[in-house]
Amino acid sequence: MPEAVSALKGVSHTGFATVAEAGLTGMIQIRADLASPRLAAVLAERGLAVPEQRKVVTGGGRRLAWMSPDELLLFCSYDEAPVLAGDLTAEMGGEHALIVNVSDMRAVFTITGAKRDEVLMKLCPVDFATLPEMELRRTRAAQTGVALWRSGPEEITLICFRSVAGYMMGLLETASRKGGEIF
Amino acid sequence: MLTLTCPCCGVTAEETELTYGHEAHLKRFGPGSTDAEFEDYLFNRKNPKGVHFERWRHSYGCGKWFLAARSTVTLEVYGTYSAQTTEPPAELIAKIKEKCPGWEGWQ
Amino acid sequence: MSTRLSKGGRLIDRSKPLSFRFNGAPMRGFAGDSLAAALLANGQVLLGRSFKYHRPRGLIASGAEEPNALVNLGRNARVEPDQRVTTTELFDGLEAASQNHWPSLDFDIGAINNTFGKLFPAGFYYKTFMFPQIAWKYLFEPVIRRAAGLGTAAKEADPDRYEQAYAYCDVLVAGGGVAGLAAALAEAKAGKRVIVMEQTPFWGGRAPVDGGTIEGLAPAEWIDRTLDLLATYPNVQLMTRTMVAGLHNHGYAICYERVADHTPGDGRPRHRLWRVRAGVTVAATGAIERPLAFAGNDVPGVMLASAVRDYIVNWAVSPGDRVVIVTNNDDAYRTALAVLDAGLTVEAVVDARERAGGDLPQLVRARGVRVMEGRGIAGVMGHKAVTHVQVCSQAGEGGVTETLECDCVAMSGGWSPVVHIFSHVGGKLLWDEAGAMFRPDATRAPTGPDGSVLARAVGAANGHLTLDAIAAEAGLSAEVEPEAPLAPVWVMPAGAGQALRFKAFLDYQNDVKVSDVELAAREGYTSVEHTKRYTTLGMASDQGKLSNINGLAILSDSLGQPIPTTGTTTFRPPYTPISFGAMAGEARGDLFQPMRRTAMQDWHEAKGYHWEPVGFWRRPYCYPRGAESHRDAVNREITNARTNVGLLDASTLGKILVKGPDAGKFLDMMYTNMMSTLPVGKCRYGLMCNENGFLSDDGVVVRLSDDSWLCHTTSGGADRIHAHMEDWLQCEWWDWKVYTANLTEQYAQIAVVGPKARKLLEKLGGMDVSKEALPFMTWAEGTLAGFPVRVYRISFSGELSYEIAVPANMGAALWEALNTAGEEFGAMPYGTEALHVMRAEKGFIMIGDETDGTVIPQDLGLNWAISKKKADYLGKRAQERSFMVSPDRWRLVGLETLDGSVLPDGVYAVAEGNNANGQRNTQGRVTSSYYSPTLKKGIAMGLVLHGPERMGEILDFPADKGAVIKARIVDPCFYDKEGEKADA
Repeated sequence: MPEAVSALKGVSHTGFATVAEAGLTGMIQIRADLASPRLAAVLAERGLAVPEQRKVVTGGGRRLAWMSPDELLLFCSYDEAPVLAGDLTAEMGGEHALIVNVSDMRAVFTITGAKRDEVLMKLCPVDFATLPEMELRRTRAAQTGVALWRSGPEEITLICFRSVAGYMMGLLETASRKGGEIF
Repeated sequence: MLTLTCPCCGVTAEETELTYGHEAHLKRFGPGSTDAEFEDYLFNRKNPKGVHFERWRHSYGCGKWFLAARSTVTLEVYGTYSAQTTEPPAELIAKIKEKCPGWEGWQ
Repeated sequence: MSTRLSKGGRLIDRSKPLSFRFNGAPMRGFAGDSLAAALLANGQVLLGRSFKYHRPRGLIASGAEEPNALVNLGRNARVEPDQRVTTTELFDGLEAASQNHWPSLDFDIGAINNTFGKLFPAGFYYKTFMFPQIAWKYLFEPVIRRAAGLGTAAKEADPDRYEQAYAYCDVLVAGGGVAGLAAALAEAKAGKRVIVMEQTPFWGGRAPVDGGTIEGLAPAEWIDRTLDLLATYPNVQLMTRTMVAGLHNHGYAICYERVADHTPGDGRPRHRLWRVRAGVTVAATGAIERPLAFAGNDVPGVMLASAVRDYIVNWAVSPGDRVVIVTNNDDAYRTALAVLDAGLTVEAVVDARERAGGDLPQLVRARGVRVMEGRGIAGVMGHKAVTHVQVCSQAGEGGVTETLECDCVAMSGGWSPVVHIFSHVGGKLLWDEAGAMFRPDATRAPTGPDGSVLARAVGAANGHLTLDAIAAEAGLSAEVEPEAPLAPVWVMPAGAGQALRFKAFLDYQNDVKVSDVELAAREGYTSVEHTKRYTTLGMASDQGKLSNINGLAILSDSLGQPIPTTGTTTFRPPYTPISFGAMAGEARGDLFQPMRRTAMQDWHEAKGYHWEPVGFWRRPYCYPRGAESHRDAVNREITNARTNVGLLDASTLGKILVKGPDAGKFLDMMYTNMMSTLPVGKCRYGLMCNENGFLSDDGVVVRLSDDSWLCHTTSGGADRIHAHMEDWLQCEWWDWKVYTANLTEQYAQIAVVGPKARKLLEKLGGMDVSKEALPFMTWAEGTLAGFPVRVYRISFSGELSYEIAVPANMGAALWEALNTAGEEFGAMPYGTEALHVMRAEKGFIMIGDETDGTVIPQDLGLNWAISKKKADYLGKRAQERSFMVSPDRWRLVGLETLDGSVLPDGVYAVAEGNNANGQRNTQGRVTSSYYSPTLKKGIAMGLVLHGPERMGEILDFPADKGAVIKARIVDPCFYDKEGEKADA
């Protein structure tokens, strides 16, 4: 198969924090009744629980994020996504659900460093001081929609649509430029 | 700039994350309706000075529509609630009546 | 003459001298100086010329309220006009220049306006520049525009960067004086998240200058201790150089941090605009001293009493050796004491009150200063600096009783609480008779989203003007000299005649005098808001911080009504001007808007494409080769697609997946066509209307499986149509089992168009793309050159055409592969203009060209795409309304000019006669018009009255310069009417 390339081919910048495009990431959109026992079983098979409202859970090397009352986003390896989306669809049987590979639709960024919050404080109307670990917040960064969560020690992961990846990196690079530290 | 708490995802979002959707609880009239019914549905809107029921979409968030009761004078938000209903919840109506004794009701 | 004192100056660091220039002259100052203090220290009393009369002006104040001392700051790209020297921190290398004079500050030709001042009364512009109307455009406006405005802006792009930041807190404290810090500490102890913002670089406000003790400590000590204490609270954020500029609905505060104004070019952002969401905002914004309205109160050297002692105590600057103090209150006596403590002379205290018997006057008297009771100022002598003042009885008409020599006049008319923040979101004020001031009415405070109080005022901003009152409000103890009541003085002397009132300034920045406000009242202006606009009182960049209360007192007096009846003008944000840079934040240059890029954008850019904006996309318009014109490039691209094969980046097309047991039923409501019956494997062109019946979007719908459809939308419509679908699903038919997913960006999409399209795909190899395996209006999944693709046999050009969807991350590679493999077939990319022309040649409509929000599908001859079998769809009922079924609606036709020329886009076809406005009646208009390289002539589509019934008729289209273009009504399909090519 021809080689796939992410929107920004993994470019990164280091200012007072490091901002990087994370490269190819598998993503599967799941729209379903989140209370469905069938869905729970299908996910449990892969070591995943249905996340609580706004939470991100991990299991089996994958992450699963709550996007809305009837939507989850499953993060996996880029290569496995097409098959996994098909498997999940099949395993849901006839139950009403929409499960689709959306790995190419978005760009994934990481913002790392002790001052990572200060980068995003400049872009998102979010109270980062009260944002818990592994809680997904869907919001906007300047003029474009994003979702973000605290994905690890001193790390925030952010996703946005692929077409605005360049805009997003421009925002992140500008906001993290040295001299722009807030505190 | 307003803030509203989205009942679908629990986030208190600011107005820039939301899209306004005008009056709530409109009843749709389609084929078979009279001209008067249809025009009322399509064009006539309440414009209250005071309690107003309106639609909002958490467009930069979970993407869901929800409904809000808000004062057009003080901008106090009496409550937000699911869009999947044809009338405001009883407890919200009771709360508004308590706060606004002269209120004529939502219809 | 002003100068630097040898001792003192609590804010300056004499070990750190700084150099700066004013009007080119080298000057020296110290770290900690404001530019105002440094200028005074260098003997520079004259700082600018007034706006209207070009009167010489100096400093009035020491803070944000300063109306006069505005300068052009910086040079070249960093020059900025109208910067207040009082709020500008001195830094090494600073350059400032005075404004509004020619040829120089000392000698200004424009000062002739002053001589003819009587010719420029209130409403001068309204009264003078009225007739003839044409003169506005060619005479009045150009002249006025040249005369208007202070200073000059930079011509280069701003080299600095600006940013914004969001912050959240329970309590936002505006102001870092005693009241603000005390409030912050109380809230911090209660566990609240607190942000304290102080607009100056220094904490403490006025208290360290004004004296007294707090909790047994000198104010400066108490402040330091409180700051240390606050610093121990992790829930407190302390910010200097940050002004709360405005408070808005639901506790949204816009705040302005001047990060690097004092360190230009150091790599930090210059300004940061804070967007704070606060539960409660505490206005601890202090109070501003009021000037007194006496003749000549604008001569350089006449200053606020508080400013005089600020300059002495804070910066060790003497505004003058011999000071006359004129007051209506006890507080100004503190200035006398400060002047004496600095070793300077107080010539006299002129007190408008009958008796000045309080503790402070007695302290001053005890130091040998003459206190003149019941007196006022009849006039100030001196042109560019004060030389004398003339004393009179305050009760009289201004008969001079004595002339005092002096070089500085310190005036005080009492204090006005800074109520802006409390008032911005609707907090109401009450009139405090004793203080002769408006102060916040806590019972009518602004409220927030839950109905609770959104803002409150503390300290001087709440009308507590003395340290003991401020402390008491905060639950602290304080001692300070008691003050006797003030006596309101709005004009000095009380019986001043026209000659004196004509020289008594209220608004320094806009040159509004007592006589102007009185004239407005005589001319019938009774509303304070109207008077403001008529006289320009309070309309300058200082927004009347010094003038408002005095002005409305004069207006009230003229109208014979109490001051609270007149009321105040509306307090609007920002408190002081904020930079455009801060408002724009990061949104400039490449980040001005979120530019959307397809996977193939790099390729297009490398080819030197000419683009056009489509939403936030930049779609290729055409790909010119060498010196080729855009038009030639478009023609080449069309001809090539019609004869060989063209490639179009169609990635921007909306792609919405609709799935579920009720998806068919749902799409039948969304589209005018029947979509539920579309067989799996097939494609169908569909139309979407809104409930008004108007055509809103179109595109090809694909039946993917038993329960799923893929809906293509226009490039600009993807997000809108997805939102439209979700709206109906969530808010109307929430019990229908349907899910949607906007997959627009998941796929890059490439249209392979032209007679050799199939050959090209066959060369790539993989799936069967033959006519038999993949007939027109069907789709199939498979691989091409190893790429996983979905191929749709649809055509928007009329040619044999395949639209290939590939995962976006492989889009660039497939595009490259198609271009390379296509070389032998003459493959070329084509842009949106070729796309538009080819669809017009086929008579296909374009949303946004043939539709404008008032067009229904029936107007466009699209009845074939409207299901007659369906009971309902969005827009159906509306399309039954009388106006929609009228036979007189304009309908779509083709238009062919008789001379083969191209009709201008949008021109109207005229009919006989004129309408009520004397304009020609119309009977149609052009909606699309192009040169067709295929037909080698102009082609157009248009909406025409009874159009389809008038084939062959000739219409007149008046164009520019009286030309009339004649065009014949024809069928809108100009090319391959039978559709054989697309079906090939």
